[in-house]
Amino acid sequence: MIRAFRTALLIAAILAAWQLLFLYAGANALTAPLDTIAYALELLSSPRFYPHLLETGQAFALALGIAISCGILIGFTLGLYRFASDVAEPVLVALYSIPKITLYPIVLLAFGIGMPAKIAFGAIHGIIPVAIFALGAVRNLNPVYLKAARVMRMGPSRIATRVLLPAAIPEIFTGIRIGFSLTLIGTLLGEMFASQRGLGFLLIQAIGLHNIRLIMALTLLLVVIAVTASAALLAIDRRLRRHMFGS
Amino acid sequence: MTPGRVRFVLAIALVLLLEGLCRFGVITRFSMIPPSEIVWHLGKILGTAQMWPAILKTLGNVVAACVSSIIVGVLAGALIHRWQALRETLDPLFAAYYAIPVYAFYPLFIVIFGLGDFPQILIGFMLGLVAVVVNTLNGLDRVPRVLLKTARIHRLGPVATARKIALPYAAPYVFTGIKLAVAYSFIGVIGAELIMSRTGLGYEIGYAYNNFDNAVMYPLIVFVLGVAATVNTMFFLWEKKILARRRK
Repeated sequence: MIRAFRTALLIAAILAAWQLLFLYAGANALTAPLDTIAYALELLSSPRFYPHLLETGQAFALALGIAISCGILIGFTLGLYRFASDVAEPVLVALYSIPKITLYPIVLLAFGIGMPAKIAFGAIHGIIPVAIFALGAVRNLNPVYLKAARVMRMGPSRIATRVLLPAAIPEIFTGIRIGFSLTLIGTLLGEMFASQRGLGFLLIQAIGLHNIRLIMALTLLLVVIAVTASAALLAIDRRLRRHMFGS
Repeated sequence: MTPGRVRFVLAIALVLLLEGLCRFGVITRFSMIPPSEIVWHLGKILGTAQMWPAILKTLGNVVAACVSSIIVGVLAGALIHRWQALRETLDPLFAAYYAIPVYAFYPLFIVIFGLGDFPQILIGFMLGLVAVVVNTLNGLDRVPRVLLKTARIHRLGPVATARKIALPYAAPYVFTGIKLAVAYSFIGVIGAELIMSRTGLGYEIGYAYNNFDNAVMYPLIVFVLGVAATVNTMFFLWEKKILARRRK
């Protein structure tokens, strides 16, 4: 109850700051909160906007699928071999912190302009945090589990699905949560550079046309979508951790 | 062989593989130029004066974004830590912050502040700020109460307590935030330059890409990634040293 009240207070404070900024900077620079919300709702119900949303949704879903599956695969494979993970972990951490956005020309040259480039760009942003967390999860696993699996002569794929995945799920989920937001950013960036459709494309086009109403409404929509999804994932994350480790 | 040596050998092997693929035409010159030529062109670019204004401008903006996010982040963290109600109100924002695609604000900043350096610095600043704040709070949470009691016995004011006791104790945690701020300032500034700008390394990379000028594009990409990786690694090693000293 108190938490809901505080969240409401925070949102009210942000809206108030936005309104004040609007009064200070004027209608040439940004639109007022109510106006923006109204326009965002109008966009959501307009048939011309729908294909862009669908396009971004598709690209994002595929990119996230690739990031999660490949990330877990990389993390598990490296995690099972101590030496391989010692070699690879600093590389993964270094890859995590470099500006991957500079790679976009290379991605475009490799995939061409369109859906594959967007998906690849989203996936390279999301894959690394998923891999780092999966790797950490396997390394911190109680060694008895793996010994038991070996005693029972389980093959690598069965170890992965029957032992590693259930035991490491909370940490993997944290990786997925971080990978989710990075993949979204990556997909949108891909659309800004290499697309004729999608929300990122609309955004970059709106800059060119100086269409402030569209910029504001799109930014608002993206923030609302991202924050809602992230709050839901965080709630699941906390529940998984409570379930695994007790409160 | 140590892991470090294996990494080195693997890196060399990868570069040689790319070189071979490029030389034998598996990867066309239109897609990529061989690594040896990238290095040669990079030497040429750094040897002439033409690219240095862009390089210095970008690095200057990265430093501005980084330093401002660290200073504001540590100060904000110290303030928020003293005010529990504010902290609990801001907590959902901190938790959801990194899900927000910050680049989505860049068009807005261009409209408000104009297409200069400031919107780019602001993007880098925004990316780094919350990492510093959250890690500062995390560190201040761990200051033992006995140290704070000692401060009270010595009649230190809140500012002196923060400056002489709480922040030094929290330093390793703050440093984790600083390390992230360094990485995020590179990502923010160069990303913003690529999306839209008139000068800077990101702009030059985009310009070379649009002109199919691989002899400029690849060396600059390698330069940016190299500088970012070197700076990040330096901070990583420095952090390790601080942590090792703390453990003694």
